[in-house]
Formats: sequence, C-alpha cells, structure tokens
Amino acid sequence: MPHILLRHRDIPDIKNIEVYKQNGGFESLKKAVTTLQPKQVVEEVKASGLRGRGGAGFPTGVKWSFLPDNLWPHYVVCNADESEPGTFKDREIMTYNPYQFLEGVAIACYAVGATEGYIYLRGEFYPIAEQLDACLAEMEKQGYLGDKLFGTETSIRLKTHLGAGAYICGEETALLESIEGKRGQPRLRPPFPAVVGLYGKPTVINNVETLTNLPYIIEHGAAGFRQNGTEKSPGVKIFSLSGNVANPGNYELPLGTTFRELIFTHGGGIPNGRKLRAIMPAGASSSIIRVDDAVFDKVMDTPMDYENVQSVGSMLGSASVILIDDTHTMDWVINKTIHFFKHESCGKCTPCRDGNYWMLHLTERIHAGQASAQDVKLLDSVAAQVYGKCLCALGDFSTMAVRTAIERFPEDFEKVKA
Amino acid sequence: MSIAEKYTDEIQAIFAKYPVKRSAVMPLLYLAQRAEGYITKGAMAEIADLLELDVTEVAAIVGFYSMYHDEAAGKYRMQVCTDLSCALRGADAFLENLCQNLGVKVGETTPDGLVTVEAVMCLAGCDKAPMFQLQQGDQVSYHENMTVDKTMELVEALRKSSKQVDE
Ligand SMILES: Cc1cc2nc3c(=O)[nH]c(=O)nc-3n(C[C@H](O)[C@H](O)[C@H](O)COP(=O)(O)O)c2cc1C
Ligand code: SF4
Ligand code: FES
Repeated sequence: MPHILLRHRDIPDIKNIEVYKQNGGFESLKKAVTTLQPKQVVEEVKASGLRGRGGAGFPTGVKWSFLPDNLWPHYVVCNADESEPGTFKDREIMTYNPYQFLEGVAIACYAVGATEGYIYLRGEFYPIAEQLDACLAEMEKQGYLGDKLFGTETSIRLKTHLGAGAYICGEETALLESIEGKRGQPRLRPPFPAVVGLYGKPTVINNVETLTNLPYIIEHGAAGFRQNGTEKSPGVKIFSLSGNVANPGNYELPLGTTFRELIFTHGGGIPNGRKLRAIMPAGASSSIIRVDDAVFDKVMDTPMDYENVQSVGSMLGSASVILIDDTHTMDWVINKTIHFFKHESCGKCTPCRDGNYWMLHLTERIHAGQASAQDVKLLDSVAAQVYGKCLCALGDFSTMAVRTAIERFPEDFEKVKA
Repeated sequence: MSIAEKYTDEIQAIFAKYPVKRSAVMPLLYLAQRAEGYITKGAMAEIADLLELDVTEVAAIVGFYSMYHDEAAGKYRMQVCTDLSCALRGADAFLENLCQNLGVKVGETTPDGLVTVEAVMCLAGCDKAPMFQLQQGDQVSYHENMTVDKTMELVEALRKSSKQVDE
C-alpha cells in the first residue's frame, strides 16, 4: 500500500515543491478554500474520526468546534516539539514531506478561520525550521499562502518558532507560554486554549502528524480516510519503533495493527537471539507491558489502537514503541525514565517537583543495589502520591513506569540490601 | 558591537513575526548566542532593554531552557543522547568510550577548547543510536549511527577547519 503520511518513501523528491504539485500537492487546500465553507471542513474532519496523534487521541474535528465564533482572531498552533523519549516521527515528516505537512496546517487555519498559524519546533530542530522557512517563502511566492488565496478573500500566513530544549513545552499551554516569550510552564485550566489561548485568543493546538492527515481527508473524504484503521481509531499511524529491535525506525501502519506485525514482520524481531521482556508503547511515559511466555501471544495479538492497548495495561500515546530485551532489568529502566522526568519537571507544582527529586534519589539507590526493601515500598508510595495531584500530565507520566515496574517485575527489585 | 547593530535586519524580521514584542525573546537569545557560543550578561541586558523587560526576567528564561548557555564552553558542544532508547542500544558505553578517547569526563572540554562533551535527553533520533547533536552558537547539527572512530574523525575535521578559520 502506498504511504499516506510518509509519502517521500514512495516519491523520494516530494520535498521539492514542483514534485509535490505534480503529485496532487495543494489540491486539497484549493478544494477547501474555493469549494467548501470552513464549517464543512470541520464537519468532514469530524466525520473522518481523526484523533490527535500527539498522545491523547482527542477527536480533532470536535476540538476545532470548541472555538467560539464571537471572539477573534483565532490561531492555529502546530506542536512540533517532539520530545517524548522514543518518538521521532514528526521529524521525519517535516524533513522529507514538508509541503504535505504545511498544506495540512493551512487547511486547519482555513477550517477555524485563523489567518495566522505558528509552528513550534523544539530547538534541536533548528535545521528543520530553516528548511520550513524556505518552504513557507516558496508557498507564499506561488500563491499557496498570503492574501487572496486562489482568488478568494482568504488570507493565511504561517511562521515557525523555535523552542530551546524543554520537554514540558510539548504540553500545549506551556507551549503557548513559550511562544509568548515566557518560561514554558503550564497554565491552570480552565480556561482552555480553545477559548483563551495564544495571546489570550481562541487557539487550536495540533500535532504535526495529525495535521499531515488533513490533505488526504479533504481529497478522499471521511469515508476514504476510514478505509484504514478501526471504527473508533480510524486511519494510519506512524509507529516509532526503537530499543532492542533489529530494524528500528518509523512504520506507517493502519491503527489496529498488532504488536506482532510491527515487531516481527516490520521490525525484524529481537536481535542477538535475545527474548523480548517488556514493551513501552508510549515512550518514557508508558505503563510497562510485561511480555513473558504466559502472556506472549495475548500481547503480540493485541491490536495497537487507542482502545486495545489499554486492555493489556498500557496506552498507545504517541505510539513510540520501545522494546526491552532480557538483558535489562526494570530498576535500570525506571532510573532512566525518572532521570528524564526529574530533569524535565518545570517545578511549578510541589508534588511533581519534589516527587521526582525523591523518586530519582530512590531509583539511583535501588539500581545501585544499595537500597532496602523498604525503599522500594517508599518509591511506590511517592509515585502514588504524585499521581493525580499535579497541574499538568507530566506529573502523572513520571509515575507510570515506576509503578508498573514495581508491580509487574517484582523480581527486579529483590536485589536490595536485607 | 551591540546585538541591535550587528543583526539589524534579522531583528526587524523577528519582530515582524509576532503581534507582541516579548515573543521575540527566544529568537533574540539565539542571536546573542551566535557569536560567543553563550549569552553574556551584557547581551541579556540589551535584550531586556529592547523588549522593555526586566533583566531578571530574561535571565530566568535563559535559565529555564537547556539550549541557552550563560557560561563559555568549548567551541562545539557535543551532546550525546543517553536517554532510554539510545541507552538500550549502547549509548552509555559509547559516551564512556568517547570520553576516554578524548581524554575528558562528561561535562568537560578538550584542552584545546574545541569540544565540550555532554549527556542529554532524547533528541528524536532514537532509531539511529548512538547519536549526538553538535551545538555551535545558535546552530545545531545531528550525527547519527555513530561509532567512536567516526566521532574521532569528525573531531579531527572540526579541529582542522577551526584552525583554518583562525589563521
Ligand atoms: C508533558 C507533555 C509533553 C507533551 N509533548 C508533546 C509533543 O512533544 N508533541 C505533541 O504533539 N504533543 C505533546 N503533548 C500533548 C499536547 O499537550 C497536546 O495534547 C497535543 O499537541 C494536541 O495535539 P493533537 O490533538 O493533534 O494530538 C504533550 C503533553 C504533555 C503533558
Ligand atoms: S506537573 Fe510537573 S511539569 Fe507539570 S506543571 Fe507541575 S511541576 Fe510543571
Ligand atoms: S532516546 Fe536518544 S534520541 Fe531518543
């Protein structure tokens, strides 16, 4: 099947605007702007069932319909912060298929009546931002951005903004703070960004991959989009596969593809004759799935969509599937994840800031074999106290791996001092 | 020379991007970092002036984001990802080995002031570990599927090219 999002794998020069145009480029934007009302675009996206690819899986069309039409201007902000450990899909889209992505951002702007859109990239994506700036200039030159698009009264302009190294800026309200020139710390909600967003105005925030689906949806309609995936999780998804696997990389597959197909058919299985021991399907924020002989087939036959991954005790999230083989233990894994979250906690609320400080203290001791059984209990109880008590989801994320590692891999926490 | 004198056109373009002046603070900090590799106290004061902010607010932003530096380091910052996915593919051993070859510890700079080696969090290059980014001023480049040998060759090339520029 040809790719829908990673089209550069079938058409290698698609990052050249002429090649993109020869392959149907900007036809969807033109169709939307010249033949559809903004409301019709929103309805089509609603009907497609497209769900946000940034992690939460919220229906995109529904999110758009929350913007009030008596408060203006509206903004579209694209989340290209991509900092969840194990996630590297947006980078591939923006690097190799930039125009489809930008056409998607423009369609979103048209749908919600925004004349300005911002693309927030993590600072490390400096070369990608430079390339996108050049693409935007080219689109403006050829009349795909700017004023009077396709001879209508529609104006759309897009700009890039670089972050500077902070995972928390992927959280949507922290991201808005960052564009406004402040420290990237989450806002209290309500009000939600749909009403009070960027510069206090109604704002839609969507992930890169979410928006890259839009040209396809406008071209093929909701029904065409639903040809892939499941009833509740329609469409294709890019799975970022990493860790102990023969062929790590991005794989664009229908939602609902099984773990077995991703890991063994596409990923080539576990190298060096080792056995798969654990899966983290949503990056460092995952609950860890234990894969041993007793449940191997059950886990492998689980369809990867928003509903079914929950049935094996985890979440699909942004589909950053990290594989861990039997040479690693979970005390080491959670020491890594807590190291990350401790570093990335923005410090605004006490449970997250202090909780991660203590959790790191404990995971280091436990991993070094210098802890008592009491310390393992303490770690679990600190995590339990962080969960559900924080301003943003980072606090909760930091506890997922810790709690499931202790619960599901008790043998990894027994090498403690008596 | 002040940043405003040095980068007049770029600063105009930055201001034109946003409806609010304050939003220019991050791009301006990158400009300030371009020349020296870090942001001086003087640059922070100048940016605060340009944006009508208190200098402590600008300093707080510099402190918050890990890609802004307020201290000098090597000409290049070699930032090796040792986060989970990379670590599963041997990033910790790569970093240790690399440090031995360069004769530095993590966080230290080579004696000629060329490279500072650092360990960082996920860079969205997890499938191509071991990998690192090179940060120089406001620029970043990725180096993926690396070995210690390939990295030492790269360091040698950087050393040669920066000598030529200096001469
Ligand atoms: C700590 C944290 C980090 C996040 N990082 C990202 C990110 O890097 N990219 C992203 O698209 N969404 C990220 N999100 C989710 C965003 O807050 C938001 O839900 C998403 O961008 C919405 O877009 P979507 O509906 O298209 O998925 C993060 C959330 C949290 C709490
Ligand atoms: S939960 Fe953590 S990251 Fe989120 S606002 Fe609180 S301190 Fe900041
Ligand atoms: S974990 Fe190293 S780049 Fe993602």
